[in-house]
Amino acid sequence: MTTAKHDTEIAADPTVPLIRIIREFEATPAQVFRAHTDPDLVKQWLGPRDLEMEVLTFDCRTGGEYRYVHRRGDEEYVFHGCFHEVTPASRIVQTFTFEGVPEAVALETMTIEDLGDGRCRLTGESLCDSFEGRDAMLASGMDEGVIQGYERLDELIARGAAG
Amino acid sequence: MAADPLSRVFSALADPTRRDLVARLASGDATVSALAEPYDVSIQAVSKHLRVLEDAGLVTKGRDAQRRPVHLEAEVFDLMTTWIERYRREAEERYRRLDDILRDLPADIAPIPPARTPPGAPS
Repeated sequence: MTTAKHDTEIAADPTVPLIRIIREFEATPAQVFRAHTDPDLVKQWLGPRDLEMEVLTFDCRTGGEYRYVHRRGDEEYVFHGCFHEVTPASRIVQTFTFEGVPEAVALETMTIEDLGDGRCRLTGESLCDSFEGRDAMLASGMDEGVIQGYERLDELIARGAAG
Repeated sequence: MAADPLSRVFSALADPTRRDLVARLASGDATVSALAEPYDVSIQAVSKHLRVLEDAGLVTKGRDAQRRPVHLEAEVFDLMTTWIERYRREAEERYRRLDDILRDLPADIAPIPPARTPPGAPS
């Protein structure tokens, strides 16, 4: 596989609560766009690997809305938002809320750039409404390794404060 | 102040002077007065910035009462890198699944699926 050159790039801006992800695909903008707008395709790749994804609503057009759920046994994580702008093969702007924290909302922008020769570059930006929200998003879906990380950081800070 | 440790680190680094202080401490410990030298601000102002970095766990002050050199806690940076790298890897996993789906899509597929028949409607 020649995936190495397509490796996802990520940036977490220190000055605004933003996460940016960039990835190139061996596919046309129309193909990548379709994989984001067709719920039968979306549910095959968007959810975390160990969770089952069910699409409840997915009306991907400007002014439409979506709602889906990730399930693992009895656990359920429901997400919803509306499609603010859907420009075929080029851009999707949508809101994003995890219903576990219903007052928080992120603005997500997905842009596709045609690189020619059946390739394109996808840039996804999530602008959260607070730094805490952004950090929660970075930490979401992460296993105990991260929680241990937090505990470790608490320890380091406690040690620093005592020193 | 922001509640969780990661937010404290991010907001501590949101200030350009503090980022500069961190960059200079990366090459070695330094005293507050040495750190204040290149800036057109008082030692008190630099101390205030260092206090924010200290509260975030990014720097510590030495125990030597005379000099109290400021020390950068590289471990905290490693932890942040670990978190962000984890998130990146999860995105990469998702996109590899997407790679597989894209391989099977016709080259001339429409960017948006046709309008669906509502469930229960005759097909």
